[in-house]
Amino acid sequence: MLGFIVRRLLIALPTLFLITLMVFSLQLLLPGDPALALAGEERDPAVIEAIREQYHLNDPIPVQYAHWLIAALHGDLGISLRNREPVTSLIVDKLPVTLELAILAMLIALVIGIAAGLVSAIKKGSRWDFGANVVALSGISVPNFWLGIMLILLISVRWGWLPASGYTSPLDSLAQNLEMMIMPAVVLGTAIAGVMMRHTRSAMISAIHADYVRTARAKGLSERVVMLKHALRNALVPVVTMGTLQFGELLSGAVLTEQVFTIPGFGKLIVDAVFNRDYAVVQGVVLFTGTVYILMNLLADLLYYLLNPRLRA
Amino acid sequence: MLFIAVALLAPWLAPFDPAANDWTSIRQAPSAVHWLGTDDVGRDVLSRLLFGARASLYAGVISVVIAFCIGVPLGLLSGYYGGILELVISRIVEAVLACPFLILAIAFAAFLGPSLDNAMIAIGIAASPIFARLTRGQVLAIKTEDYIEGARAVGASDLRIICYYILPNVITPLLVQATLTIATAIIAESSLSFLGLGQQPPAPSWGSMLDTAKNFIVQAPWMALFPGIGIFVVVFGFNILGDGLRDALDPREAR
Repeated sequence: MLGFIVRRLLIALPTLFLITLMVFSLQLLLPGDPALALAGEERDPAVIEAIREQYHLNDPIPVQYAHWLIAALHGDLGISLRNREPVTSLIVDKLPVTLELAILAMLIALVIGIAAGLVSAIKKGSRWDFGANVVALSGISVPNFWLGIMLILLISVRWGWLPASGYTSPLDSLAQNLEMMIMPAVVLGTAIAGVMMRHTRSAMISAIHADYVRTARAKGLSERVVMLKHALRNALVPVVTMGTLQFGELLSGAVLTEQVFTIPGFGKLIVDAVFNRDYAVVQGVVLFTGTVYILMNLLADLLYYLLNPRLRA
Repeated sequence: MLFIAVALLAPWLAPFDPAANDWTSIRQAPSAVHWLGTDDVGRDVLSRLLFGARASLYAGVISVVIAFCIGVPLGLLSGYYGGILELVISRIVEAVLACPFLILAIAFAAFLGPSLDNAMIAIGIAASPIFARLTRGQVLAIKTEDYIEGARAVGASDLRIICYYILPNVITPLLVQATLTIATAIIAESSLSFLGLGQQPPAPSWGSMLDTAKNFIVQAPWMALFPGIGIFVVVFGFNILGDGLRDALDPREAR
């Protein structure tokens, strides 16, 4: 087990290194003098020179990268030009909000996706199957920011059931927090639910035709037990690992969802940073999401290893 | 087909100039004159929707062409030559894939500057690893086939083998992927435009129309309704086309 984790970590390290290289290289895309771009509105030559010193812009590019990488390894992703705060603390501040949104969205996606995929696979070729497939494809095809706007129009403006925007910490009021987060979570979970439904359906269809399911039926077990205890349990192995990998998509989707519902999370941080030309924050967010994705990948492998007895044998 | 026809024929189909403000008909509901209503500065929503289809089609196709042109050669090289080259390219592909698609596209658009062209470049770069990975897998599956060995035996150069023997045999799944990626690229373009990083005003795009519309959803819901339906229908269409092609070309997927 420990050997497996170490092996996977060793494979992940070169990828992580390349992500840092890519994120650093982003600033090479800036047109003109990067010190001027990093200075934003500031035109004081002393400040620009200070930025040049701070980011080692007078050094050759490989040396600049080395400085940047060493700082990043120490958790220093630079200072936000806008807030004058360390990028790392900005990310740490905003992360719990997005994490809550992503977890709620994933729960919704798992419940809807697995249930619909299960029904669709059991009733393959029926109207239920066709309907579930259409709904799944619709979930994947609908732009979530538009779905958010439409839900605000219907649920908040027309019916007044839920607040249209804003955020309350669960530590202040859990009920109010859930009231505000449920609509964004549904919006964010819709596309993932579609993906999960398709994976569950595909995995269930494979499982239904497997020998162990035939054996379970031959033993005289009820169809319900065969499906839920034997087929679904095995079909869920790839679905759970797939769900872990979808976490990166949730972070992407959160950018738009948070924008629509004015949620002060991680997604809003990157969008605001883009408009404020706060490049250190943009780089920090990309590096952070890339690292999270690699960790989730590692977790997915680990889950697959733990859930699949054949790998452990 | 309808979407492509609408996008190409927009100048002839649109009843009004999509960029012309009309201060006498601000936020008018759908009527006989303005079938889909008008926006916050009196522009005809239908005309903007038709011209917006052009931006979506343009962005979807060009982004995929960029992704294809970057990803396929990388996949061909890594799959065919293997060794260190494969190792390096695979790690690069994994690194790009590790960054969520939209966040990477936002980052590129941020550093390149907001415009439709830069959004397409950003989406193209972000989508290229999918093509590289798919191509590599296909090349690995066929490079030991007898006809490749045969071509090598008669002295065909590596370039000739790749271009004339391997590429034609791996192109089908790539075209299926391209169709599905057009759908993703259209959503990505509208997302970037919605965030203000794609098509810039006053030029119409479905995403930027929704960006404006979100400020007027109480007063003029039609401003948000129709561009969203447009994106949904087109993306749904491309996804169905991609799924259908995949099912037709790969019977294992048709289950």
